[in-house]
Amino acid sequence: MGRYVIRRLLQMVPVFIGTTFLIFVMVYALGDPVAAMFGDRAPDPATAAQIRHDLYLDHPLPVQYLHYMGQIFTGNFGKAATGQPVTELMGQAFPVTLRLTLVAFAIEAVVGIGLGLLAGLRRGRFADSSVLAFTLLVVAIPTFVTGYLLQYFVGLKWGLANPAVGDGAPLGDLILPGIVLAGVSLAYVARLTRTSVAENSRADYLRTAVAKGLPRRRVVTVHLLRNSLIPVVTFLGTDIGGLMAGAVVTERIFNIHGVGYQLYQGILRQNPPTVVGFVTILVLIFLAANLLVDLLYAVLDPRIRYA
Amino acid sequence: MTVIDETAAAPGAAQTTPLLEVRDLHVEFHTRDGVAKAVNGVNYSVNAGETLAVLGESGSGKSVTAQAIMGILDMPPGRIPKGEILFQGQDMLAMSGEQRRRIRGRKIAMIFQDALSSLNPVLSVGYQLGEMFRVHQGLSRKAAKAKAIELMDRVRIPAAAERVNDYPHQFSGGMRQRIMIAMALALEPELIIADEPTTALDVTVQAQVMDLLAELQREYNMGLILITHDLGVVADVADKIAVMYAGRIVETAPVHEIYSAPAHPYTKGLLQSIPRLDRKGQELYAIKGLPPNLLHVPSGCAFNPRCPMAQDICRTEVPVLHPAGPGRGSACHFWKETLGE
Repeated sequence: MGRYVIRRLLQMVPVFIGTTFLIFVMVYALGDPVAAMFGDRAPDPATAAQIRHDLYLDHPLPVQYLHYMGQIFTGNFGKAATGQPVTELMGQAFPVTLRLTLVAFAIEAVVGIGLGLLAGLRRGRFADSSVLAFTLLVVAIPTFVTGYLLQYFVGLKWGLANPAVGDGAPLGDLILPGIVLAGVSLAYVARLTRTSVAENSRADYLRTAVAKGLPRRRVVTVHLLRNSLIPVVTFLGTDIGGLMAGAVVTERIFNIHGVGYQLYQGILRQNPPTVVGFVTILVLIFLAANLLVDLLYAVLDPRIRYA
Repeated sequence: MTVIDETAAAPGAAQTTPLLEVRDLHVEFHTRDGVAKAVNGVNYSVNAGETLAVLGESGSGKSVTAQAIMGILDMPPGRIPKGEILFQGQDMLAMSGEQRRRIRGRKIAMIFQDALSSLNPVLSVGYQLGEMFRVHQGLSRKAAKAKAIELMDRVRIPAAAERVNDYPHQFSGGMRQRIMIAMALALEPELIIADEPTTALDVTVQAQVMDLLAELQREYNMGLILITHDLGVVADVADKIAVMYAGRIVETAPVHEIYSAPAHPYTKGLLQSIPRLDRKGQELYAIKGLPPNLLHVPSGCAFNPRCPMAQDICRTEVPVLHPAGPGRGSACHFWKETLGE
């Protein structure tokens, strides 16, 4: 087990370098950050050259990348367009997004698994067809459409929730954005759970559980769900990273000043330290979530042993 | 259908009501292609301490009958349009779901064919054995585990205390089947239904598992319904045999008589298809044709298209189970001829 973790951690190094380098190249391709600082006015060439030198932009791209990485490991993520250190922005943005992600994750897990279990247990009946139709609808409509629609109807027209979520808003205010953010993943979780439950409910060991005279509730929760959730947990784990990245759209709709908001600002102002810095942290979260899932997999399914 | 007196076959069975009695049981499955009649009027009974072997090929209805007794048929598509299943004189088909659940595992237990797929892969064997005590007797986790170790010792699994936390895939096939047996025995039920308990095992292990099962049955004086297609397994342990074909019992008899003098052409065919050392070098006999499609069972005697003795009457009239001697019955129009040959 220990050796497996070490091997997995080592495998993360090239993944980390590869993704961050790609991001770096892409941000570089966005355009000239110095020109962006001056907006519409043409910068004075001497000043521009000075800024370029200060920001290490007068070197070839690979050298810039190495320089940047070297700084990251000393905790220096550079400065945002506003002059604030990027680390300071992170300190503000990540807790906000983390809260939103957790709310969305809870909705996704509880509602998704619940719907999936209901559909899987009543295969081919009304409840099953309804869940399938509902999830198809959710998957088919883009997040920004459901987001704006829910914001308009639930938030403005019916006044059931706050249409915008300010800084330090209570968790309750995050439910509506949480639903929007969870939407598509929720549909996947429901469908995955349904298939898994339907498959496992025909398994021999389930017939054994019934033959043992166990109450139905126990047959379903201990024997059926325990087995059916193995693939679902895998999906949920890897989806944590996806939710945090997906928050870009949701945060924009509900005006939440989280990771998505900062990333959006960074791209808008063509500020490489902000974009690369935030994405780097997201990559790390994604990798950590993946490792966690793989380890969890071995706990859930004793047939899997890592050496 | 005539119900013949079968009590004579049970040595030492003094009860008036049998432990389990199946009366005129019908089971059908509603499929897209029509109604498959899997069981068509089965009658049999088992007394305490007695072993009934139910013999038949796949699709003969032997397992479906067992599942109906156990109450684990998938309904729908399964349906029981007719019949009674009396356990200690009470019709289980008339009971509520909760009443039946309380009988399952506690009074009637079942052993399945493939122990690897029949045990839950993600729960330790100790948990799965202990579950019986926790659910039915309200024992604590700890006490249930101690009981589980005791049970594993009982079915002679070496180093039970160390292996109690292992998972099914960590055991060999024979050991897994012992765990299945232990699970069935846990609450000392009065009847055990073993559905092909040794089919998935090596021949040497088969004998060990069968011996263990027979020994425990004697010790606890349980009734045992042994479902199998293997005539070899039956000979040593069964008291009486019921041979099934296309959802009907075609022959019943005390175990030794059936080997020496079968009263139904199907049983005779089965016996002739066993490889024997004294017929080495000769071609092995095989019953021609295939088992019938349960959606379109042949009219008259279901076996008639494959029967070497079939006459016109066999194609039109369903034979009843004729009494063919003490404790014997044969559902063949020509049982006398078959016996006499």
